[in-house]
Amino acid sequence: MSQRLLKVIGAGSAVSLIAMSAAQAQDISLTVVSWGGAYTESQVRAYHEPWMEMNPDWEIINDDGSANALAGLRSQSEAGNVTWDLVDMLPSDAQLACEEGIIMPIDHDEMLADGEDGTPPSEDFLEGSLGECFIPQIIYSTVVTYNSEMFEEGNYPETIEDFFDTENFPGRRAIQNRPAVNMEWALYADGVDPEEIYDVLATPEGQDRAFAKLDTIKDDLVFWEEGAQSPQLLADQEVSFATGYNGRIFDAAEVEGQPFEIIWDGQVVEFDGWVVPADGENVDEVMEYLYWATDTQRLADQASYISYGPARHSSQDLVGQHADLGIDMAEHMPTHPDNYFAPIELNNEFWTDWRDELAERFNNWM
Amino acid sequence: MAPKDHNDAFVAFDRVQKTYDGEQLVVKDLNLDIGKGEFLTMLGPSGSGKTTCLMMLAGFETATFGDILLDGKPINNIPPHKRGIGMVFQNYALFPHMTVAENLSFPLEVRDISRAEREKKIARALDMVQMGEFGNRRPAQLSGGQMQRVALARALVFEPDLVLMDEPLGALDKNLRERMQLEIKHIHETLGVTVVYVTHDQSEALTMSNRIAVFDDGRIQQLATPDELYEKPENAFVAAFIGENNTLRGKVESVDGAYCTLQLADGSRVQALAVNIEGEGAESTLSLRPERVYLDVSSETHDNIFEGEVRELIYLGDHIRVRMNVCGNDEFVLKMPNDSHARRLSVGERVQVGWVKEDCRALDPS
Amino acid sequence: MAQADASMELDNRSGGSVEKMVTADGLPLKTSLRRAERRSKLFAFALVAPLLGFLLIVFIFPMAQMMWRSVDNPQIINTLPRTVEALEAWNPSAEELPPEEAYAALNADLAEGLERDRGAIGRLQGRLNNDVSGARAAVRSVAGQAGDRSEPFKDKFIEANALWGEPAIWRVIQREGRPLTASRYLRALDREYAPDGSIQMRDEGQRTYVALFMRTFALSATILGLTFLLGFPISYYMATLPMRYANLLMIFVLLPFWTSLLVRTSAWIVLLQQQGVINSTLVGLGIIGDDQRLSMVYNMTGTIVAMTHILLPFMVLPLYSVMRGIPPSYMRAAKGLGAKPWTAFRRVYFPQPLPGVAAGGVLVFIISIGYYITPALVGGQSGRMISNEIARHIQGDNPGLGAAIATLLLVCVMILYWVYNRLVGADNLKLG
Repeated sequence: MSQRLLKVIGAGSAVSLIAMSAAQAQDISLTVVSWGGAYTESQVRAYHEPWMEMNPDWEIINDDGSANALAGLRSQSEAGNVTWDLVDMLPSDAQLACEEGIIMPIDHDEMLADGEDGTPPSEDFLEGSLGECFIPQIIYSTVVTYNSEMFEEGNYPETIEDFFDTENFPGRRAIQNRPAVNMEWALYADGVDPEEIYDVLATPEGQDRAFAKLDTIKDDLVFWEEGAQSPQLLADQEVSFATGYNGRIFDAAEVEGQPFEIIWDGQVVEFDGWVVPADGENVDEVMEYLYWATDTQRLADQASYISYGPARHSSQDLVGQHADLGIDMAEHMPTHPDNYFAPIELNNEFWTDWRDELAERFNNWM
Repeated sequence: MAPKDHNDAFVAFDRVQKTYDGEQLVVKDLNLDIGKGEFLTMLGPSGSGKTTCLMMLAGFETATFGDILLDGKPINNIPPHKRGIGMVFQNYALFPHMTVAENLSFPLEVRDISRAEREKKIARALDMVQMGEFGNRRPAQLSGGQMQRVALARALVFEPDLVLMDEPLGALDKNLRERMQLEIKHIHETLGVTVVYVTHDQSEALTMSNRIAVFDDGRIQQLATPDELYEKPENAFVAAFIGENNTLRGKVESVDGAYCTLQLADGSRVQALAVNIEGEGAESTLSLRPERVYLDVSSETHDNIFEGEVRELIYLGDHIRVRMNVCGNDEFVLKMPNDSHARRLSVGERVQVGWVKEDCRALDPS
Repeated sequence: MAQADASMELDNRSGGSVEKMVTADGLPLKTSLRRAERRSKLFAFALVAPLLGFLLIVFIFPMAQMMWRSVDNPQIINTLPRTVEALEAWNPSAEELPPEEAYAALNADLAEGLERDRGAIGRLQGRLNNDVSGARAAVRSVAGQAGDRSEPFKDKFIEANALWGEPAIWRVIQREGRPLTASRYLRALDREYAPDGSIQMRDEGQRTYVALFMRTFALSATILGLTFLLGFPISYYMATLPMRYANLLMIFVLLPFWTSLLVRTSAWIVLLQQQGVINSTLVGLGIIGDDQRLSMVYNMTGTIVAMTHILLPFMVLPLYSVMRGIPPSYMRAAKGLGAKPWTAFRRVYFPQPLPGVAAGGVLVFIISIGYYITPALVGGQSGRMISNEIARHIQGDNPGLGAAIATLLLVCVMILYWVYNRLVGADNLKLG
C-alpha cells in the first residue's frame, strides 16, 4: 500500500473517531428492544418520535429482539456487556429475570408519573399488572377469530365452546404451538369456571382433562408459531378459525379489510410492559424517558395506533380514534365493557412453573 | 462418382457425407473399401475428417448421407453396442473405477460369457500385451504405456473382427510409441483382425499399415501402400504431408509423353515426371525427395544439374542435412550420407547438385 | 506412482545402510533438510494462523462453551451448600421426608443467599423447576421470609407450599447438589432418575427427544434422497450442455440461495397451501374434489418440499463439477464394447460421479439435520425437527437441556461421519 493511501486512511479514521466521540458527548442514544412490526411502530409513533422531537439530542434505536428477550438479557448479563437499555417484555419473563437479578427492581410510585388525576401509579395501573421489576404498558388479549366468509350467514360462532364444536362449526382451526392459552380454553370450553382454571390445571387430572378436550378437535388443528402467521392463515382461508393477538387481528380486519370477527368470549388477557436491564449504561436517562413515556396521555396515545388497551385506569377515557383510520378505538380494546364480559386472566406464575413440563407434553401431544 | 461394387470388401464407405452444422461438410463424398484382415490407416492433419469417419464406423456419429457397410450389410441404423467393433480411444477410456481385469471383463460380461471363459480370455489378452501381472491394478496406477496396452487388450478381448484405433499412441513419448507401433503391428499380424487406425503421425502410418488413406479437407487424397505413397505421391498435399520433400514451383513448358519440362520462377528449366498436370502452360508443383538429390554428379547420369549455395549444415549422425539455395528456393534440402568418403562442405560454398527426372514429380499446383 | 516407488526404494536403501547420510559439511541429511524446510513451514503456518484464530474464536470456543453448559450445574451446590450436606445421610428411595435439620439448613441457605445475592436464588428456582415443576413457586414461597423464620421449619415449609411435603424436590436437591450433572443428557434421551437413583424411561407422554431425533434423521435422509433424485439428472443434463446453457440452468438451481427466506417461504405457502396454486389447479382440473384438497404445508410435506428446494444446490454443485470432469469417451467406450445404453450408464457412468454424490450427500444431510428456521415456518408440528427444540430450550427456561441436545446432535453427526468414512472413505469425497 502506498504511503499516501495510508496517510489518507489514517486521517480519515482520526476524523471519524473525533466525530464519534463528539457524538457521544452530545447525544443520548438508547437501544429499545421490542416485538417489531405494528407493535414497535405504535411505540415509535406514540413515544419515541414525540420524545425525540422534544429532545433533539436523544436518539432511540429499535431492536426487534423481544421474542428472545430473556435469553438475550441472560447472555448480556453473563458476558458483562449490557447493550440494551430498555426491553419490552411479558410479565412472566420479567418475573424470572427479576428473580435472577438481571433487571432492575422498580419502585413504581417513586419512579413513575402519577395519573393525570393525581392517583399514584400503584393505584392507577390496572390491578395485578405491576411486577417487582415490571412497568406495565398495555393489556392485550389472545382471542379466537374466525373468517366470516367461511361460515354461513346467521350461523356464526360466538363462544369458545363453539370453537371446540367441530360438528356445528366445521373447518380447520389454527392454534399456537404451545400449551399456554390453549389449555385454558380447553378447560373453559369443558365448563370450568374462569376463576378456577389454574387450580384445575395445576393437577394431573386437570391437565389430562384439558388434553382430552383438545383431542376432540385435534384432527382439525393447524399450528402456528409466529404471531404473523395466524391472520395470514385466516386470510388465505387455510383455516376457519385462528387464535391470535387481538392487535394483529384488528390490523388485518380494519386496516387490510379482512372479513375477520373476534370472539371476545374467553379472551385471555395479559399485560405487556417495560423492564430496565440492570447494569445498563444509561439507566438514569432510561428512567427519565420512562417517567414521561408511561404517563397517562402517552399510554392513551399508543391506543391510537394499535388496539391494545392502556395499562392505566386514568388513560382509559382518553383513548381516541385510530390515527390513520379515524375509527373509535375504545370498542376494539380488550378492556371495553362489551368485550370484557368473560375474560381469563393469564396466570404468569402458573406458567413460569409449568411451561417447561407442559410444553413437553404439549409437543408430544401435537 | 458411380457407386462401386463393395461385394468383396469387409468394410465399405459408400458415398458417405457428414455435416455437423448443416452448412459445412466435414466428410465429402467418401468412398473406401477395406479388406478383411487389412491394417488400414486414416492419416491426415486435424480437421481433415478422419476421426469423424472412424466415429461413423463405430456408430457414435451418423452419416448425413451415404451408407457404411460392414461385412456387406449397411450398419447406419445399428447402435454402436450391436456392431461388435473393438475400439481403442485416444485417452484410452479405461474405466477408472474398475481394475484392469474388470475393464477387460466388461465387454465379456455384457456378452453373457461364462465366468471361466471370461477368465481364460482375460488372461490370454493380458498376456498378449505383456500385462499379465497387472490384472488387479487400477488404471490410475498404470503408466501411459501400460494403460495403452490394457486398452488394446480390452478392445481385442472379445475377439472382434474389426478394431478401430483413434490416435492410440498420441500421448506416449517417442521411444515407447515406436515400440508400441511394432507391437500393434505384430498383434495384428498374429490375430489377423481388421484394423482401422487413425493418426496424424505419418511415420506411425508408414510403419504399421497395409494401406494408408491420406485425408485432407474431408476427402481421401490418396489411398495406397506405404511405399507407393512415399515414392509416388499423386498430389502436392500427399507429397508434402508424407516424408520430407523439396518443393519447386513453375509452369509447364512442354510435355513429352510421361515426362515434361517446367520453367521455374528464376528461369531455370527442370525435367520431371508428368504425374498430375493439366497440360502445357499450367502451373505445377515439383516434388523431390531430399535423399534423391546428389552432390557432384554429371549431366550424363542425372537429367537435372544445378548449382547451389550451402546455407546451413545440420549434423544428424548417420547423415548430414544440407540446406541450400537451389533454383531460387532457399529451403532446398538434401541428405548427405555420413560415410568415410563423404565430402566436407562449408557454409557459403557453391556446389553442384543433380537428380534424375524420374525422382522429380510434377504435381498439381496446390 | 513412479514417485512412490522411488521413495520406497530410497527408504529401503537408507534402512538397509549402516552409515548415516550426511551433507557436504558433515551435518546429518535429515537435520539439514529440516532446516531448509523450516522457513517455508513457518510461512505456511503464518498463512493459516488467521483462519486458525478465527475458527478458535467462532467455532471451538462456543462449542466448548455449549458442551460445558450441558453439564455445568452450580446453582444448587453454590446456593444450598448446607442443605446438600444435611441431605447426605437421607435415603431418597424411602418414601420419607428428610429430617428437620435439612429444612433448617435450607432455611439458613436461603436466608444467606437472599442476603448475598438475590439473583442466585432466582437461578436456583429456575434450576429446581427444570426437574420439578412448581419448584420455582415452592422456593419463592419460602425464600422471602427465610431470615425471620424460626424453628421448627418443617411444618412451616410444608404449609407455605405443599411441594416441601413431598420427597421429589428433596431428591433433586440431593442428587443435583453437585457441580456437574448428567441429568440433562438423561432427559435428552427421554430418561430420568428413579427415586432410588437408577435410570429409567420417562412416562410415555413425556418421551420427546429420541423420537424427534429419529424424525430428524428420517427427514434428513428423505431430503437427501430427494435432492439426489432431482439433482442427479439435472447435473447430468447440465454436464452435457455447452457451458453457456449450463450456466443459465445453474442460475435456476442457485436461485434459492439468492432470495430472502421470507420471499421463499411466502412463495411456498402460496403454492402449497390448501387454497394455493397447486391445490386449486388440481381441483380445477377435476383431479381432486374441493373437499379433498391436499395438506402440503404446515406439516412434514412442507418441511420436505422447502428444504429439498433450499438444499438442492448443495447436491447439484459437487455433482455437476464432478460430472463435468467425466469425459464422454467412457460412455462411448462402454457402448463400443457392447454394453446397452442403460448398462453402460449403470456400470460405467454412474459409479464415477459417486464421490460427488457422497460429498453432496454429506453436505445435504448434515445441513438438514441442523435446519431450524424453515421447519419452524412451514413445517407445522409434524415437520418440526430437533433443532427447533434446541432453540426453544436455549431461549427458554432450560438452556442446559438445549445444550445437551445440541451436544448429542453433534455426537450423532460425528458418529454418522465416522461410519460414512468407514464405508465410503473421506478421501473419496469430491467437490469437483
